[in-house]
Amino acid sequence: MSVFEIISHQLVNGLVLGSFYALVALGYTMIFGVIKLLNFAHGDLYMVGGFIGFLSLSAISSVVGSDWPGIFIAMFLSMIAVGFIGVIIERVAYHPMLSAPRLSILITALAVSLVLQNTVLSLTGGQYTAFKTDLGFGGINLGSLFISYNQMVLVATSGVLMIALQLFVTKTQFGRAMRAVSIDMDMSQLLGINVPVIIAVTFFIGSALAAAAGTMAGAYYGSIWYFMGFLIGLKAFTAAVIGGIGSIPGAMLGGLVLGLLEAFGTQIPFIGSEWKDVFSFAVLILVLVMKPTGLLGKSEQERM
Amino acid sequence: MSGALLNLTGVSLAFAGNTVLQNVNFQVAQGAVVSLIGPNGAGKTSLFNCITGFYKPQSGSITFDGHELLSLKPHKVTASGIARTFQNVRLFREMTVMQNVMSGMHSRTKSGAFAAILRLPSQRAEEAAIRDYCESCLRFVGVGPEEYDRIATTLAYGHQRRVEIARAIATQPKLLLLDEPAAGLNAGEKQELIVLIRRIRDERGISVLLIEHDTGLVMQVSERISVLDHGSMIAEGTAKEIQSNPKVIEAYLGQEDAEAELDF
Amino acid sequence: MAPRDTAASLADKIAARFQNPALRWGGIGLILVFLAVLPAVFGQYATVIMTNALLYVVLALGLNVVVGFAGLLDLGYAAFFAVGAYTIGILTLDFGVNFWLALPCAVLAAAIAGVIIGGPTLRLRSDYLAIVTLGFGEIVRFSARNLAITGKASGLSGIGQPWIFGWHIATPTDFYFVFCALAILAVVVSLRLENSRLGRAWLYVRHDEDVAEAMGINRVAVKLAAYVTGAIFASIGGAFFAANLGAISPESFSFTQSVLILMAVILGGMGKIPGVILGAFIVILGPELLRNLGELRLMVFAVMLLLIMLFRPSGIWPKRGARS
Repeated sequence: MSVFEIISHQLVNGLVLGSFYALVALGYTMIFGVIKLLNFAHGDLYMVGGFIGFLSLSAISSVVGSDWPGIFIAMFLSMIAVGFIGVIIERVAYHPMLSAPRLSILITALAVSLVLQNTVLSLTGGQYTAFKTDLGFGGINLGSLFISYNQMVLVATSGVLMIALQLFVTKTQFGRAMRAVSIDMDMSQLLGINVPVIIAVTFFIGSALAAAAGTMAGAYYGSIWYFMGFLIGLKAFTAAVIGGIGSIPGAMLGGLVLGLLEAFGTQIPFIGSEWKDVFSFAVLILVLVMKPTGLLGKSEQERM
Repeated sequence: MSGALLNLTGVSLAFAGNTVLQNVNFQVAQGAVVSLIGPNGAGKTSLFNCITGFYKPQSGSITFDGHELLSLKPHKVTASGIARTFQNVRLFREMTVMQNVMSGMHSRTKSGAFAAILRLPSQRAEEAAIRDYCESCLRFVGVGPEEYDRIATTLAYGHQRRVEIARAIATQPKLLLLDEPAAGLNAGEKQELIVLIRRIRDERGISVLLIEHDTGLVMQVSERISVLDHGSMIAEGTAKEIQSNPKVIEAYLGQEDAEAELDF
Repeated sequence: MAPRDTAASLADKIAARFQNPALRWGGIGLILVFLAVLPAVFGQYATVIMTNALLYVVLALGLNVVVGFAGLLDLGYAAFFAVGAYTIGILTLDFGVNFWLALPCAVLAAAIAGVIIGGPTLRLRSDYLAIVTLGFGEIVRFSARNLAITGKASGLSGIGQPWIFGWHIATPTDFYFVFCALAILAVVVSLRLENSRLGRAWLYVRHDEDVAEAMGINRVAVKLAAYVTGAIFASIGGAFFAANLGAISPESFSFTQSVLILMAVILGGMGKIPGVILGAFIVILGPELLRNLGELRLMVFAVMLLLIMLFRPSGIWPKRGARS
């Protein structure tokens, strides 16, 4: 392959990977925005989303088939279900802890993550589950570069979801209230914003986006398992930090940047694909240490 | 006044474009009790935070005892001889009175992990010395031995204030910054506080800089008073001079609760 | 609500009984006698399980310095355990170094790793730190799996058993007594650190970083000391773990391992030494008592962890008997 082919090929890979990261990163960043919590369980909601999407598709495939239309319906069902799971998690586990020391709430989030993982582990016996679809292998050739229809649909769907979110946050009353809560929760409360409802909606949307990514990833890669949310959770968090945690456009940008970094990082000589994850973690640590406010994040006020 | 213990020249501080302090010049003489007053939001606590290293002013210079403080981290500022209390008493929760006060001795002691693990004689002697010194600080502020092993935050509010002052004194400072020490105290406790502030200066030789809203207390206890308004120093002088300064009266009249505040 | 309160107050009452010094020393004596006779009375299987539990006591007490004393959430603690184990493996196998010479090297390697990862990151917000430590843990595990010197995925085997004063530490019972000694050492060191200038500084930083800093405590240095102390505990545990099993592989040092050690710290009660010991025993002996649980084992712990955090965040062990 020529250098140009490698670059364009990795560009496509990076975009696909980046779309998943961005969708999951959005949830991290939105939830962090309103309650300043790093939701460790977020990657697991992606995983649960993959499983609910799979179950939904199995249930409806006899009627609608298991090509993209069926997958979209399954994805939609999964988004609703996981959205509610997210809301329940917030109510049951995080809400009572909001005034507790940060260490306690972080450990609580970790516990929620473990409960989700191990619930699916005990239901599936820890085995990979095949996510069977009727997706074809077609695509278009741009010179020597092949882009599959699946990749195009996937990136486009992620794009649509992200644009819809951006419109929701900037153009609707709810979105404005959400931003107000993220800036100053107490003041928003005084101004008559129903803060618990805003928090619930934020968890719903964030979790639903993770479920969308989980379902699409399951369909695209063809298998799901209980631990699939761990790595992507970490990477999406990295993406959110790269973009600037709390910033929605930042999460999208960060997702794409990390996706591309990874795709190209594995092409660097001596960094084979077995070092791909080490590469991502090294990026994570470097970003956190060098520029914890990220590309689009606002610098934090001085302390005290 | 280059001979002053604490000397601020041209200190300016801004957060995200909002000016908090503007070209502040300010001194505390060795052995003085000085008050910093001003309406709410004037920037008094921000000034404290600049002195103690928690905020980094964009420009200006802060020297203490002849050394520049501006580049120092808060713990270094404390080690150089400045101690502080906090506006809303900030004792270490779930820790005893004695443990709280012992924190002040940290920068004056040095035994490390190995000495502790091996229980070296030097470490045991140091631990005993820490305890003795902290007891003397607690006695000094009027907290009795029966309270040493109580959880600090369960003490009566007035006593929590005293423990906080004892903790600051335990750092063996040359200058003590008190941030609204009279807030929440009743009339009797305020009188005791006045006596305590004088004793801190007279018996321990510690200069005192306090932020206070209770102007009666300020007038009684301080030799010099500085007035901060909207981030600028608008007046400096003795209690008498401040009381009759038209700028000060104007600054306080701008406040809604001017009546209560200007009760000189 | 009610049953929880009753259970909690019952635990508090039992603990109150042991405030009495005579009872406490008596209790400690009984525990020592029990530890001494355990291999003879309960047989090899119980001895092996107990050895593992004692290893966890060492690891959990080390992590307790980081999480319980200094309040830093470390999700990659197993990395230091790995550094200890692999240093022993590599030095004794590839370089023929004597175990007792390799041991200080292992400790040094873990301490250096602690400084390298902790130095730049300990000033970060606590949640960022948690993620950085998690990332570090994974980097160490992936590296062990990819590098030739660490034996890639199959790990290292044939690690020799050490001699001490002419005694060959060889049988499971021998190692059981070695781990008894290590656990007792870990307890003594923890207790002495807790009641020291450094130990208090950890608590100050944990309770209120800003005030601690204002009292003259260099928070970054103090946190680094906690992080490195934790690393040293883990590396010693790892070194003897490698010698005991004779073989190590990357999967012994996974994220799940870090989480299990963290559970031991939190279940019993962060920052409370007897609580952490109890937690280590729960994490290891619990699954033995509930053998038919199989894959539900971690699930039970995860739910326990969640319930503890929601209802008794100070852990199972009762609060200290300070008057209020």
